[in-house]
Amino acid sequence: MYPYLEKFFFYISLFLYLFSTCTYHIGYRQKEKKFYRFSIYILFFAFLSHSLSIFQRYLGSGRIPLVDLHESLSFFSWSIIVVFFFVYLKYRIEVLGVFVLPLVSIFMLASFLTMRSPGPMPPALKSHLLPIHATFSFLGDGLFAVAFCVSLMYLIQERQIKKKEIKKSYFRLPSLKLLDDLNYATLALGFIFLTVGIVTGSIWAQKAWGSYWSWDPKETWSLITWFVYAALLHGRLNMGWRGKKAAFFSIVGFFCILFTFLGVNLILPGLHRYS
Amino acid sequence: MKEILVLGLNHKTAPVEIRERLSFQDDIEFAIRSIKSMPNIDEVLVVSTCNRVEVIGVGEGDFSDSILKFLEKYKGIEESELLPHIYKLFGKDAIAHIFRVCSSLDSMVLGEPQILGQMKDAFYASVKCGGCGIILNRLMHKAFSVAKRVRAKTGIGQSAVSISYVAVELAKKIFEDLSHVSVMVIGAGEMAELAAMHFLSQGVKNFYFANRTYEKSLEFAKKFFGKAIHFQDLSISLHLVDVILCSTGAPHYVVTYKNVKQAMKLRKNKPIFFIDISVPRNIDPKIDEISNVYLYDIDDLKGVVEANIEERRKEAKKAEKIVEEGVSSFIFWLNTLKVAPTIQILLKRVEEIRRREVEKALAMLSKKDIKKEVVLDHMTKAMVKKIFHLPITKLKEMSGKEMGYLYIQTFRTLFDLNGYEKEEDNEDKDRNKRK
Repeated sequence: MYPYLEKFFFYISLFLYLFSTCTYHIGYRQKEKKFYRFSIYILFFAFLSHSLSIFQRYLGSGRIPLVDLHESLSFFSWSIIVVFFFVYLKYRIEVLGVFVLPLVSIFMLASFLTMRSPGPMPPALKSHLLPIHATFSFLGDGLFAVAFCVSLMYLIQERQIKKKEIKKSYFRLPSLKLLDDLNYATLALGFIFLTVGIVTGSIWAQKAWGSYWSWDPKETWSLITWFVYAALLHGRLNMGWRGKKAAFFSIVGFFCILFTFLGVNLILPGLHRYS
Repeated sequence: MKEILVLGLNHKTAPVEIRERLSFQDDIEFAIRSIKSMPNIDEVLVVSTCNRVEVIGVGEGDFSDSILKFLEKYKGIEESELLPHIYKLFGKDAIAHIFRVCSSLDSMVLGEPQILGQMKDAFYASVKCGGCGIILNRLMHKAFSVAKRVRAKTGIGQSAVSISYVAVELAKKIFEDLSHVSVMVIGAGEMAELAAMHFLSQGVKNFYFANRTYEKSLEFAKKFFGKAIHFQDLSISLHLVDVILCSTGAPHYVVTYKNVKQAMKLRKNKPIFFIDISVPRNIDPKIDEISNVYLYDIDDLKGVVEANIEERRKEAKKAEKIVEEGVSSFIFWLNTLKVAPTIQILLKRVEEIRRREVEKALAMLSKKDIKKEVVLDHMTKAMVKKIFHLPITKLKEMSGKEMGYLYIQTFRTLFDLNGYEKEEDNEDKDRNKRK
């Protein structure tokens, strides 16, 4: 029963994510608010269905569904959408969806391709720290993903204003100040989440493997990512690294995240084989 | 069948020499009265702006020639001179034209907002001297609501199409909210003043004025509630402001690369926006290379104006759809005004009531102990009540509203009630005659 429901909700949410990617795109082309509003509704149902799918997997496997690659990719997409909704409620930037949704769709498709029935819980992961560690890490990644999209928007808008080539997107994208502020807000919060994620992970590692830090590739790359974002925030607060530079750094940071998340899993062997 | 006509000329069909000769000012009411007194013309409205002169009329048959004759005679223009510039539109085309004009789709500057106000003035002028009847009334209200919809649903009036306003829009695209932004105005040219006015209306935080003659800056500062600064302090105050508007007659650079580089350091790279509308330019174009510095000269601003006009054209396409919808809904209403279908529906409705009452009466008669007189009395009473129930409730409802007198008057005319009372004023009598 559970696996069927899980799959059913997963396919619905995948379809709705792809669908709202399209409606967002149409809204962007036509510059019609009603398409954006429509997309938000679609997205809400996609999110609902996605949440149900994750919950069904939890019920079906009897363990926290954050173990294999399919589950991680799915949860990553879910976290991006959570962050997107919060940003939407606070800033009301509808056009953000045009940039976030393709990203979410890619992760969902990847999750779809790596789909398999849930295996048993690896003994090393049996810990009450797993949900805390994973939630903070993934929400942090979600925040960085949104920061990445915002930075792309910033670079596009900045280029137009700087080069004085006013194109279609000039009218559709928000102001530089708003994008820069949002970039900073998501980065700062994301950094806190990432830090908590690393610290809880380290405590857990001490319990599971007997050492706080064992320099496996995942840990190393998390640390590299942490330094990139730390450098960016430090530069921003003390050396006026704002605007273009901040946007550029935020994009680099997100690629580090992607590598930590996927590259390490697929290329470098280590303790963190799962997710 | 009554016909709606638009006859006139606009900036596309006629040069300004013709437009100004045909335009109406204080004589507009005279024109409305004169045209209305012509045979076959029931309703009339005259629009006269600097870009168009149009007569909108409602009447029987083709009455365009009599209006044209009146214009020629009254304004003293030869027919051969006037005719090539005149357009005549009837029916659906006329309605669409009026909607498009109100929605600013026919304006010289696409989407400019003044035309709606001008059309409203023209409408009130016509109402004032009795030029508007039931059709023009409805037509113009519909036109205003279409225009409102166009403004709300499309971006036709959104992107700026004047140099000084483009500067404000750009500043908004950089700083979002201008209430946290400080503006410095260098020079005292007319352009600088105009742009400063636009910025002031956005409620900027601080205004600084710098001019070669300090008195002039003081004068400006007083006018715009800002602060005056000495010209020699200009370069050291740059870091205090976010927007710099420069328009002086100086033949050399007033703001140099070094000044800006220094200011950016002090500002911790916070963006700064330079608008140089002076020719020759007063701000070193090289500063454009510094990151987070945005520099627009007069040509750049013109480029943005063009891009914005292009954007408005795209929005106009959406507006045309809204206009089309408005036209078809108005035509639907116009068709309901046709008398034959109305009579048909009315008779059908009354016939239904009659038949139902007859059935009831027959049913009552089939019972033995009821007198025929009672049944007849009951039946007729019920019929009268049912037929008049709806009209009377509607009349009560409408009489309290704007234009409610029209309903009362119509009722009185329909049932010939005016002979029973003698307390009508002359104005009402006039209105009756027309009907």
